[in-house]
Formats: sequence, C-alpha cells, structure tokens
Amino acid sequence: MEALGMGGYGAYVWSCYGLTLIVLVLSNWQARARHKRVYRDIEVRIKALEDRQ
Amino acid sequence: MKATNPKQPSIFASLIAITRRDLLLALRRPGDILNPLFFFAMVCTLFPLAVGPGAEQLTLSGPGVLWVAALLATLLSLNSLFMSDHEDGSLDQLLVSPQPLPILALGKMIAHWLTTGLPLVLISPLLAMTYRMPVDVIGVLMLTLLLGTVCLSLLGSIGAALTVGLHRGTALLSLLILPLAMPVLLLGASTVSLAADSELYATGIWALGAYAVLALSLAPYATAAALRISNE
Amino acid sequence: MWKFFHHLTSPPHFYRLAATIIPWLAFPGLVLIAYGSYAGLFVAPEDYQQGDAYRIIYVHVPAAYVSIMAYVLMAVGGGCGLIWRLKLAHAVGAAAAPLGAAFTFLALATGSIWGRPMWGTWWEWGDPRLMSELIMLFLYFGYMALRAAIDETAKADKASAVLALVGVVNVVIVHYSVVWWNSLHQGPTLLKKGGPGMDADMLYPLLAMILGFTLVFGALLARRIRTEVLYRERRTRWVRELILAPGGGR
Repeated sequence: MEALGMGGYGAYVWSCYGLTLIVLVLSNWQARARHKRVYRDIEVRIKALEDRQ
Repeated sequence: MKATNPKQPSIFASLIAITRRDLLLALRRPGDILNPLFFFAMVCTLFPLAVGPGAEQLTLSGPGVLWVAALLATLLSLNSLFMSDHEDGSLDQLLVSPQPLPILALGKMIAHWLTTGLPLVLISPLLAMTYRMPVDVIGVLMLTLLLGTVCLSLLGSIGAALTVGLHRGTALLSLLILPLAMPVLLLGASTVSLAADSELYATGIWALGAYAVLALSLAPYATAAALRISNE
Repeated sequence: MWKFFHHLTSPPHFYRLAATIIPWLAFPGLVLIAYGSYAGLFVAPEDYQQGDAYRIIYVHVPAAYVSIMAYVLMAVGGGCGLIWRLKLAHAVGAAAAPLGAAFTFLALATGSIWGRPMWGTWWEWGDPRLMSELIMLFLYFGYMALRAAIDETAKADKASAVLALVGVVNVVIVHYSVVWWNSLHQGPTLLKKGGPGMDADMLYPLLAMILGFTLVFGALLARRIRTEVLYRERRTRWVRELILAPGGGR
C-alpha cells in the first residue's frame, strides 16, 4: 500500500500513468473505428456497383 | 534562350514592376492601408482601458502590447495579399509568366511590407509615447518593429499563399501563421523590454535580423511552391 | 534493394505487409511498456531531489520523444511526397498528424502535472521544452485544419507538406529563442531530467519505455496509414478485388 502512495506524490504520478493509458487506448480505438468506417463505406459502394452490373 | 530574348525584362525589372503595380493598386484603395493602422491604434487603446492607466503598468506592458497589436494588425492585412489577384485572375497570369515565380512573390511581399509594415513602424512612436516610453527606447521599438514586420510579411505570405483559394481562409490563416510568428514576437517584445530596463539588447536585434535574412531567403520559394499548389 | 523499396511503397503491398507487421510492433511494444511501467514505478530507486514524483518522467519523456519523432516523420514524409511524388509518403503525413497531436498533448499534460510539485505551478511559461511542445501542438492543429479545409486530397497533401516543412524549421527557432528568453528572466531553476549520471536501475526502465512507446507508435501509425491507403485507393482495382475476395481484406 505504501508503494502506491509514492511518498505523497501518488495523485500526480498515478494521474500521469492513467492519462497515458487513456491516450493509448483512445488512439487505438480511434484508428480501429476509422478503419472500419472507411472499409465499410468502400465496401457498400463497391457492392452497390457490383449489383448494378 | 530566355536571357537573349530582347522583349523579356530582367529579373530585377520584373521585381520592380510587380512591386510598383501592387503599390499602385494599394494607393488607389487607401482603405486597405489605413484599416490595419486603425486596428493597431485601437488595440493599443484597448489595453490601458482593460488593465488600468497606472504609469508603472503602462511602461511595463507597453513593449508587449505594441508588439502584439502590430502582429495582429499585420495578420489582419495578410488575407488580402493574394485574394484580389486570385479573384480577378491576375494570379493565374503570374503563375504562367516566364519570370521566376519566387521573384514575383518577393515583389508582392515587398509591396505588402511597404503598405502595412512600414506604416505600422512609422506610427508606433506616437502610440509608444502614450505608453510613456522614453525616446531611446522608442528608437529600439521602431528598429525591432522594422525587422519584425519584414519577418511577418514574409512568413505571412506563405500562409496567405496556402489558403488563397479556400472559403474559410481567414480563421485558418491565423491558425497557421500565429505559431510561426511566435519567435518574432518573443524576440521583438523582449528586446524592447530589455532596452526599457536599460540592459544590453543587441542580441535580440541581431537575432531578429538573422530571422529576417533566413525568412527572406526561404519564404519566396515556399510562397511560390504554395501558390502553385493552391492554383493547380 | 531498389526493387524491395519500390515493392514497399506500392500501396497494395504496403497494405498487406502492414497487416502482418502491426502485431510484431504492438506486442513487443506493449510488453516493454508494461515492464518499463512496473520497473519505473516500483523497482527504480527514489530520486534524492525529486522523491517519487520523478517517476512521471517514465511516461513524459517517451511521449515527448514520440511527439517530436511524429513531427519530423510528418515533415520528412511531406518532403519525400513533394520531391518524389510518392503517394505513400503523403499518407504517412496524414496518418502521423493526429497521433503526433495526441502524444504532444500527453507530453504537455504529464509535464504540467510533473511541474506542479516540482516548480509549484502547473504551467511555467519560461521553460523552453514546454513552450516548444505547446507550439508544436498548435502546428499539429494548423496542419490538420489545413488538411480538413482542402477537399481535394492531392492538393491537401502538397499544401500541408509545405506547412510541415516550414513548421519544422520553426520548432527549432522557437526552442532556441525561448532558451535565450529564459536566460534573461532567470526563471525557476529547472531540474535536469535524466542525463548521463542516471543510475542503471533508473535508466533501463526509461530506455524500455522509450523503445516501447516508439514501437506502439509505429503500430498505431501503420494502422492509420493502412486506412489512409485504403481510402486514397478506393477507386482502384486492387481495392475492389480485395473487398470482393471471399475473406475480405480488413
């Protein structure tokens, strides 16, 4: 428990690591969401063209 | 081949010609010259109203306020640097002309500085006096503004060239130029502050001069590249 | 060699290659970050000057390092795109900007949180590193705003490449002008972060974190470049074949 307190700087240290985790997770999530969206848009367009032919 | 053609003006002549043309255009529309000046004067008036008219406060904040106001006034005028040429099609003529585009861009920058930078430098002593700035400090202020507005005109033309055809160009232009202009503001304002505290300020002048030389050698090429890109 | 290079920069090959490379970057990166965080938080000894607050540097320094790397990459990508007209190079710039902005924000936020107990203030205007990072964040915003404002992708690529190149010169000037400015005002004595005099127990977690951040950034970047490539090549035949293939090409 004492190690987690960081000698009185616990709030500062842990908020930094938490923020890092948030930034990493969000960038990954955003990259994945964007890829899915772009892929689906292209898929819809190409399939529509394919059906028309 | 180009050089032997007798009808082709030299590079220097085309530089002069384009500068003259832009100066003439500006003189026929004096509002374009006066608006940034009024803006400059008004921003300088707003600050004492906001922070109080105390003499100590004014001398302390004077260099910074005058410099920020000059920066904003220059920014305000940059939007129109290539705008009217783009609208009436003369920009396309410049792009296809056989003269090197960086030289033509430099001519436009010189004209822009002569119509906005130089007038700002010339009226700055008037406003500096209202901030109770001593005469020798006013000299330093004018010198830094002289070098600084050259830098701002050169830097700003890159941003103006990048945003020339865009619909919401004005706000974007400020977003692009302000971070680039930060070192100029920092060097200029702190040099004047140093002079006001009667300390050695020569380093700041040299640094501003170096920045101006660097900008003078690179900005015409960057502007020319940006103009080609935004008008293809 | 040239053949390999040409192969790599052709969009369909890059698209396929990146999919296999991403896990090889991401997993070692995450393992290194996990080790670095654990060792940095619990194993490394306390700093005699800064106490436990110095443990923030294990995320701050790698974030700042990655933010600068992303900016340089963006400018180099833009330069290569302008000079050799490489489509992939422009995609690198477009993919790197949002990531770089995220890491710049992280570096600023952690630097500010570190500054609170060390300098007694959340923000120190006189610190050249903080100022350079802040200006870099603005430059990232400008870059993304310019890209967003131009509809035509090819035009947006070139215009933003010019901006990135001008900006990279500017970041250096900002740094040194603030160093000069700071030397005049004699702000708070800045504690030296890191440095060669560091204990091995302190240094190894930091190196692990820097390497881990770089690898994870590489994985995220590769993933974003794939998306960019897919979008830019949406009207080409290989994308059509990829999507109509039975397995799909996610």
